[in-house]
Amino acid sequence: MSTVTQQAGPAVPAGPARPLSERRPLGDRTFQIIALASGLLVLVILILIAFSTTQQASSWFTTEGWGIFGKVWNPAANQFGALSFIYGTAITAAIALILAVPVSVGVALLLTEVVPYRLARPIVYVIDLLAVVPSVVWGLWGILVFAPWIAHIYSDIGSAVTGVPVLGALFGPPTGGASFFTAGIILAFMITPIVTSLSREVIATVTAIDKEGAYALGATRLEMITGAIWPHSKGGITGAVLLGLGRAMGETIAAALVIGSSATITSHLFAPGYNMPSVIANQFGEASGEFRAALIGLGVLLFVFTIIINIIARAIVGRSAEQGTA
Amino acid sequence: MAAITEPQLGPHLEEPAGWRRTKNRIATILMVLSFVLVIIPLGFVLYTVIAKGISIISWQFLTGPIPPQVAPASEGGIGPAILGTIEITAVAALMAVPLGVLGAIYLNEYGGKGVLARLIGFFSDVMTGVPSIVMGLFLFSIWVLHFGFSGFAGALALACLMLPVVIRSTDEMLKLVPNPLREGSYALGATKARVTMTVVLPTAIGGIVSGALLAVARAAGETAPLLFTILTVTAANPNIFSGANTAIPSQIFANATSPYVGAQGRAWGAALTLIVIAFVLMIAARIVTARFTRFSR
Repeated sequence: MSTVTQQAGPAVPAGPARPLSERRPLGDRTFQIIALASGLLVLVILILIAFSTTQQASSWFTTEGWGIFGKVWNPAANQFGALSFIYGTAITAAIALILAVPVSVGVALLLTEVVPYRLARPIVYVIDLLAVVPSVVWGLWGILVFAPWIAHIYSDIGSAVTGVPVLGALFGPPTGGASFFTAGIILAFMITPIVTSLSREVIATVTAIDKEGAYALGATRLEMITGAIWPHSKGGITGAVLLGLGRAMGETIAAALVIGSSATITSHLFAPGYNMPSVIANQFGEASGEFRAALIGLGVLLFVFTIIINIIARAIVGRSAEQGTA
Repeated sequence: MAAITEPQLGPHLEEPAGWRRTKNRIATILMVLSFVLVIIPLGFVLYTVIAKGISIISWQFLTGPIPPQVAPASEGGIGPAILGTIEITAVAALMAVPLGVLGAIYLNEYGGKGVLARLIGFFSDVMTGVPSIVMGLFLFSIWVLHFGFSGFAGALALACLMLPVVIRSTDEMLKLVPNPLREGSYALGATKARVTMTVVLPTAIGGIVSGALLAVARAAGETAPLLFTILTVTAANPNIFSGANTAIPSQIFANATSPYVGAQGRAWGAALTLIVIAFVLMIAARIVTARFTRFSR
């Protein structure tokens, strides 16, 4: 309340005034309360998500204990270990980041440092278009067009690396169009827009003086980027990458369609697998009782993971943005 | 900006020679290449959806009932799904947009730099990162288990996804409204609520509407939050408050794994419909921005 009266302070004519809070008409105070309530709704919803989903999943957590991180997922035998899905989530998200981050940072640098403004605008539109393509359309294209096409490439690579020590274990057979790697590629397409736009915002906060200084010392553009931009924006870009990681972990429908739907832990990246959101999407319809509790519990784990990642990422991005403007 | 990005505009110095120049060229080529890598999948997806979808789409497809999956692509349509998407997205927007705008008003007009406002702002950002499937599970837990499947449950899930997006985009727009406008109104004796409603909001309305349209465009394409809330049926259900419903994305998801060519064909047609809806909303957002923006960065 006190902050409000202070802010409105300059509007009060000098004189023997009562405290402003007493003067404010009822409508004005009501409006403030409604606005505050709407803002608080964000916190309320987040708390409700944590509470209600944990409650529905409680039987899984209590009966399994640490067994929730077990290897075996067999609903028919009432075994609900989530390790294969956590593994699949980590693998697909890692593939997505390895593919998407260099490209996104490259486009962000292209937009901020290379092309003139009138050319940057249409490029931004194109990136925005990429963000508007719905997840289910990526999945439909992934399963009917992309996976059958890339399956040939996988099997060629697979037969070429069979027997080679590390490569054989990663890229050897079994191979399939719908696999960890296909899901990783599709996720990479989907997180590129957010990583690009956040990196661009971070890079744009590098002051002209720093950049001109580097050029004045005779630096090439690449040397300017590594010498002036990178030290300044590495924190912010790390935050952008973490936000991309959060998206890649939670993206559901596209992954559910192209990941191959198999609860396995394998080093073979071209083999079918499962990640946390896709198993929830694919198996929830037929689930009840303990099975459903386990699937909702997977959602709770996913919520916890993504919230932690997002909190860290936002803290980093926010701090680097403040440094930029200061 | 342009002057900085184009060092050759300055006095013509001797170009760095040899390896340094080559490395610089390679870096530039890699940057252009990364953009090419972004366009290829986008072009590929759009081309496939248009090529496979355009032959399916007709008036009958857009309005017809959803046939069994075995039916050939020429039969039936996605009428009930379009109805469902319009109902559910509209109700979601009616809930999320006013609440989001009010929340942003709190952040920007009342909260200022206070702890509470910064906390709400921070967690709005964090909330945009909550996976959409978690919103589906959330609404399943607190709504569907008590009141059953309905379009409204789906609308609530979409509203939860849209709320933080609307708060953030509106907040950005309110920050652009120049303070002298507010101060002028206060000087005339207006209350804060009146200043907000009659001066601040009208000034920022273009950006607010545009941000809301983009949030709606995103929400209309969401599938995961609908899976456990509306339960994808094939019959049309104009009553959003009771009974299972359907939507375009759910229908595409159901058809995508179908072995029947007809069902796959209808999925492409539905995908094209969905993309067109999203693009129309996006273009509308750009037009609104262009027409009503009074202050920009």
